[in-house]
Amino acid sequence: MYKYDEIDQQIVDERVAQYRDQTRRYLAGELSEDEFRPLRLQNGLYIQRQAPMLRIAVPYGMLSSKQLRKLGDIASKYDKGYGHFSTRQNLQLNWPKLEDVPDILAELATVEMHAIQTSGNCIRNITTDQFAGTAPDEIVDPRAMAEIMRQWSTFHPEFALLPRKFKIAVSGTQDDRAVVQMHDIGMEFYLDKNNKIAIKVWVGGGLGRTPILGSVIREHLEWQHALTYCEAIVRVYNLHGRRDNAYKARIKILVKALGIEEFKRQVEAEWAHLKDAPNTITETELARVSKHFDAMPYEALPAHDASFDTAIASNLAFAAWAKRSLHAHKISGYRAVTLSLKPHGSAPGDATTEQMHVVANLAEKYSFGELRVSHEQNLILADVKLSDLFAVWEKARANGLATPNIGLLTDIICCPGGDFCSLANAKSIPIAVAIQQQFDNLDYLHDIGDIELNISGCMNACGHHHIGHIGILGVDKDGSEWYQVTIGGSQGNQASIGSVIGPSFSAEEMPNVVQKLIEVYIKERTDEERFIDTARRLGVAPFKAHVYADKNAAKDEVAA
Amino acid sequence: MSNLIINNAVANDEWTLVKLPASQIAERKQAGKVVLFKLTGENTVTDEQIAGTVIPATGKIIVPLSVFITRKAEFQARIASNEIGVWIDTHEVLESLIENQADLNVLPIIAVHVERFADGRIFSLGALLRTRYDFKNELRAFGDVLRDQLFFLKRSGFTSYLIRADRSAEDALASLKDFTKPYQGAVDNPNPVFKRYNRAV
Ligand code: SF4
Repeated sequence: MYKYDEIDQQIVDERVAQYRDQTRRYLAGELSEDEFRPLRLQNGLYIQRQAPMLRIAVPYGMLSSKQLRKLGDIASKYDKGYGHFSTRQNLQLNWPKLEDVPDILAELATVEMHAIQTSGNCIRNITTDQFAGTAPDEIVDPRAMAEIMRQWSTFHPEFALLPRKFKIAVSGTQDDRAVVQMHDIGMEFYLDKNNKIAIKVWVGGGLGRTPILGSVIREHLEWQHALTYCEAIVRVYNLHGRRDNAYKARIKILVKALGIEEFKRQVEAEWAHLKDAPNTITETELARVSKHFDAMPYEALPAHDASFDTAIASNLAFAAWAKRSLHAHKISGYRAVTLSLKPHGSAPGDATTEQMHVVANLAEKYSFGELRVSHEQNLILADVKLSDLFAVWEKARANGLATPNIGLLTDIICCPGGDFCSLANAKSIPIAVAIQQQFDNLDYLHDIGDIELNISGCMNACGHHHIGHIGILGVDKDGSEWYQVTIGGSQGNQASIGSVIGPSFSAEEMPNVVQKLIEVYIKERTDEERFIDTARRLGVAPFKAHVYADKNAAKDEVAA
Repeated sequence: MSNLIINNAVANDEWTLVKLPASQIAERKQAGKVVLFKLTGENTVTDEQIAGTVIPATGKIIVPLSVFITRKAEFQARIASNEIGVWIDTHEVLESLIENQADLNVLPIIAVHVERFADGRIFSLGALLRTRYDFKNELRAFGDVLRDQLFFLKRSGFTSYLIRADRSAEDALASLKDFTKPYQGAVDNPNPVFKRYNRAV
């Protein structure tokens, strides 16, 4: 992974000093609440219901063992001994003290980490596929470009105070796992007909209260121009995006107001001036950064390992875990492993200090000292030998990290919601927990098969509910908490936004609602169909009919 | 004590700001220009305001863009003697200045007014004035200008900063040096870090 040189280190060190002084001025009353807000937000510090929340950047989801160990230490020293991995691949601490944040940042800087631009109206952490560099369907490893873009976007002076937050995702695989169409800018790397790295650029996608899939603004962009082209897009947005209404301020609203053709015309006109400017990426720079992502020193291994095969054949629990948690690898004899942060009955994405230490050690011992955070809020060991998998599983299982539910109904994506977040309409964690408890039967979960259930506590959609096969959104009705349900949303190449099935439900009703949706699927599915396929084929109607049958019956009774 | 920083030091202000008389019409300056002008055709400054703006007879003055455009004939002699600067609000369209004044370098100063700290349009305006329209003279930020914008303003091509009256310009100076080696090329140094240094692995 990318290692800092003195220049990178100096920037994070100077950032610590700058933020320390901003905090000092705020505490001394030299900065008002309103003036401090954009400054602390640019640094990932929110003021939440209980306490501040600090979001620490995990650039494109990559961590070293050393970094994760430090995150664990920070969670125990400055927080309550746990952290929350978010759908943006970052780590959130829910209980730090405002006065401690400069010290936390100083500790982070010692392991080449920071909280720069993890919130606020600026270019946020760039996200990508958690299997970058190891996935067999990968065409271009996007991490070097993601790092070059991270550096470019860090304290970019022109884009320090945009109309609204700005999220960029990059991917380089056939099957998109970075949800590029759901970002302000999505970049899909591919090899063009001359076998050169090129980029398909999407713009104006996003979730939130107006979910929209991005539009293609350019089919073919040579990689050298990635930065200047982004500058053209963000400049048009910075100048013209709405600033009078936070709900209409994302780039997607501007793209929609102008139409993609007109927006593209303006961007291209701007780019005509910026193309080939000094921010054009050089071969040397790409080569320099790519070196940091060179292939690991893999061993030459056969495609099969006898001890692994025996363990699968003789140990049902291991086999069940392996079936869900292992992912194909470019290199023979290796697998990527997802460690589940979704044990039934606790907040999805949370990890304790001890768990962070365990994963750091596992990565060090079995996966070249590196790991990744997925946007599904799990942790990934990307390079494990087949012969080591049993040992990894035993250790993971002993520490609550081996629930064999990856990609299943209880692998719920869930935002912090009303328990922590001051923007929430409703709680989301208790809903996730209740659903996990309702479906706490592994055979049944495996029978239901691949499905994605996403929960957000409000329309900001941090839990990506629109693209869940089942999406749950917390809504506020006359001051009480209700939940709106969508089905048919999806990430990936066939990305789609779910449709609302009908009036919302109370928290108590939710496990049963999910149960009923699953019942329809089980009854109607063909042999090969996943939930999403059946939902697409049949549409909302049969699901709606079954879910609301009791409710309607109850109403009829009252009426009668 | 002046609250003006020019380059890297507190300096005296030689310029007088000419303001428009207050308008009765509610303004919607925070909308993007596209939304404001191209879609609704609205204007933000009325003819009465422009006509009613009082221009001091002597001295160096900075006049609002709308006044500069509409009453340009009145300023010709004073432009020649370097007494006229223009100020632009962040919601105004730069092209309307260029259409009326092709060579910006007859203006010794352009000042950009930022009403709210969080309004980052000022940075793009600075970058465009410097790189697209080749403006070489003093570029000033005024309005809700606080020290934590200074580094970004400087990198976007600004050379002077009128710090908000209730804050100390002296204290703000330090923030011009927040970062020693920024990553990306910008107006003050177009070369990104990978072209400025040899960053061998
Ligand atoms: S979706 Fe809403 S409730 Fe959930 S974390 Fe985001 S802002 Fe908070």
